[in-house]
Amino acid sequence: MRSKSKIAITLLSMLLAGTVAAQVGKPFIHDPSTIMECDGKYYTFGTRGGGLISDDGWTWNSGAERPGGGAAPDAMKIGDRYLIVYGATGGGLGGGHNGKILTMWNKTLDPKSPDFKFTEAVVVAQSDGVEDNDAIDPGLLLDPNDGRLWCSYGTYFGFIRLMELDPKTGKRVEGNKAIDIAIDCEATDLEYRDGWYYLLGTHGTCCDGANSTYNIVVGRSKKVTGPYLDNMGRDMLKGGGKMVVAAGGRVNGPGHFGRVILENGVEKMSCHYEADLDQNGRSVLGIRPLLWKNGWPVAGENFKAGTYEIESERRGYALELIVDFVRMPVVRGFNRSNDEPIKPVASQELSDVSNTWPAGNIGVRIGDYMFRPHQKWTITPAPEAGGYLGGPYYKIVIAGTERALAATAYAELVTVPAFTGAPEQLWRIDQLTDGTYRIMPKAVPGSSEKLALISSGDSTPTLGKFDMNSDNSKWNFKAH
Amino acid sequence: MNFKRKTFLIAAGSFLVIGLVHAQPGRPTDDPTKRDTVRSIAAYFIPATKSKKAPDADGFIQRWLLLEPISKPNRSNTVFTDSYLRKAFDTLYFQNQFTILPKDGETVAVGDKKLIWHALDSKNFNVKLFRFAYGLNNPVYGVLFWAVTVVNCPQEMKNIRMAVGSNSASMWWLNGKEALVLSGDRRMVMDDGVSTRMTLNKGKNIIRGVVINGPGMSDFCVRFLDDRGEPIKNITISAE
Repeated sequence: MRSKSKIAITLLSMLLAGTVAAQVGKPFIHDPSTIMECDGKYYTFGTRGGGLISDDGWTWNSGAERPGGGAAPDAMKIGDRYLIVYGATGGGLGGGHNGKILTMWNKTLDPKSPDFKFTEAVVVAQSDGVEDNDAIDPGLLLDPNDGRLWCSYGTYFGFIRLMELDPKTGKRVEGNKAIDIAIDCEATDLEYRDGWYYLLGTHGTCCDGANSTYNIVVGRSKKVTGPYLDNMGRDMLKGGGKMVVAAGGRVNGPGHFGRVILENGVEKMSCHYEADLDQNGRSVLGIRPLLWKNGWPVAGENFKAGTYEIESERRGYALELIVDFVRMPVVRGFNRSNDEPIKPVASQELSDVSNTWPAGNIGVRIGDYMFRPHQKWTITPAPEAGGYLGGPYYKIVIAGTERALAATAYAELVTVPAFTGAPEQLWRIDQLTDGTYRIMPKAVPGSSEKLALISSGDSTPTLGKFDMNSDNSKWNFKAH
Repeated sequence: MNFKRKTFLIAAGSFLVIGLVHAQPGRPTDDPTKRDTVRSIAAYFIPATKSKKAPDADGFIQRWLLLEPISKPNRSNTVFTDSYLRKAFDTLYFQNQFTILPKDGETVAVGDKKLIWHALDSKNFNVKLFRFAYGLNNPVYGVLFWAVTVVNCPQEMKNIRMAVGSNSASMWWLNGKEALVLSGDRRMVMDDGVSTRMTLNKGKNIIRGVVINGPGMSDFCVRFLDDRGEPIKNITISAE
């Protein structure tokens, strides 16, 4: 490759790196429903019908179909069917408040499937336009403890309410009376985790593009019916709420929370950003890692391209090339004259050591971090490599080189002299619920197993099955 | 109180406190050299018997044939880069160095010295090479130790890993195949370096290692881990 092209690709990668807060493709949506997976594809529905489809969870485009129009749907798979719930509003905000919540089922979310057919929508709640509630913005929870199906709904006009639905029919449980669980928020969602029920709501100003102050807050309760208190003990019926996610980077106005549990320790949250300043200030789908800190959900950070120490959570050592340690020409740091003039000492640079490295493949190990060239990894999205739910595949190279980390047959690791884009050189990076990271190759040659970067010893990396309960499976990226 | 008396009392008090701390029961004092008027390895090793020995509760291998240290002067361990070690460990110090399964008491010639192999059981999970050398009145610093043992497996075990910690650098082989290298100025940490996935054959498997040290207290520990990272304990160890 000519160096100009190389530079152009590098620059493109860097530009991409700065814009990975939202998804790629045409991820334009407002009030997205919880992301559903159906037959290997991902779906989310938005206001006014329709929605987005993604083959890999990273590139999103229009194509999902939801009849009924209205606003702010939610979705849930129950058994082998998908339940969709949405609001038919009287206008919201300064408009009318005589809303309706409707539910309907479908066996599949794929519009091309012969099984794709929505049942007739049924009304499960409504507001008369005068009462302290506007029946829009529903959110579903299937209680894992007893299988009861709950739905919160409402907006700034009065209370957020909770009603019970029949998980077999999607209809309102006969005789169920809605109760008030929060005030002064909208776009609520209910979640359950470790004995707590969580009510997530959106505060701030909606629908004002780059000036929208939308943000997502949370309260929690030991009972699904509340009271939902924030970290300060304030009831959400009194406006309480702890921040889950607000504006950041070049996106603002996150709203309409949705949670996706991929496996133990790997969770994502979806939302929309009212404006992505890198995409015409349009409302876009956002997918971020979901972290749990001291029992509270908080949005993690999408991985940012850059140069890092890759630190093993096991002992705190750093991933490095197996090359000779090259000593720096510095004498002992103590027992020296205080009259010496103080001046900086240059760090060891790649050019100081790279001629001591073999030209071919070099193995990797884990060692004491000394901010040396063989320990610095530049991680950038790999062009054209696609992605996974919430992120692109990355290439991981020694800083200043094209020497790329790769999975080998027999599930071990090596670095190859040049990145080729082969699947074993592409890496998936997921921030885990505790804030550490999982690193996985897109493919392991000769294996169909889903493996992750693992510490098999303090000083030895390998590939193995991810285990959220073991620090062997966890890594940190440190920018020094 | 005059200054001198005060200083004396503080010093005497401190001495008493330090003395008491040192005399605390619980952890046996780890300095048998103070008790030995004649040097011995008895506090750390017993002679290996003919009966097969199981690993300890954590899977550590305690039975080893240890060769008395070969002199390899190094004032600092910072020289132990990978390429230095490969050269140092590839050097032939004695005949059949990479294949020998020695007998207890067998001697080998290294330069103008005759060094003896000792079949021993370590009393600890780790093998304290420094104490081995010290107890036998051998050099303790600037040395290189060879160790061999036999692991007997009831059946073939695939996808196992050899896990080693050593002070200082070391290199290890399983049935003649390189398992791992621990380079640099190492401290002994259990499961520090771990081999790639290997196979323990049914029956005899020969483990061979070499540990190098400049000014450090040489020792090592070795165990095998299964594919879940759990120690392998259904093996026996023999010195022949």
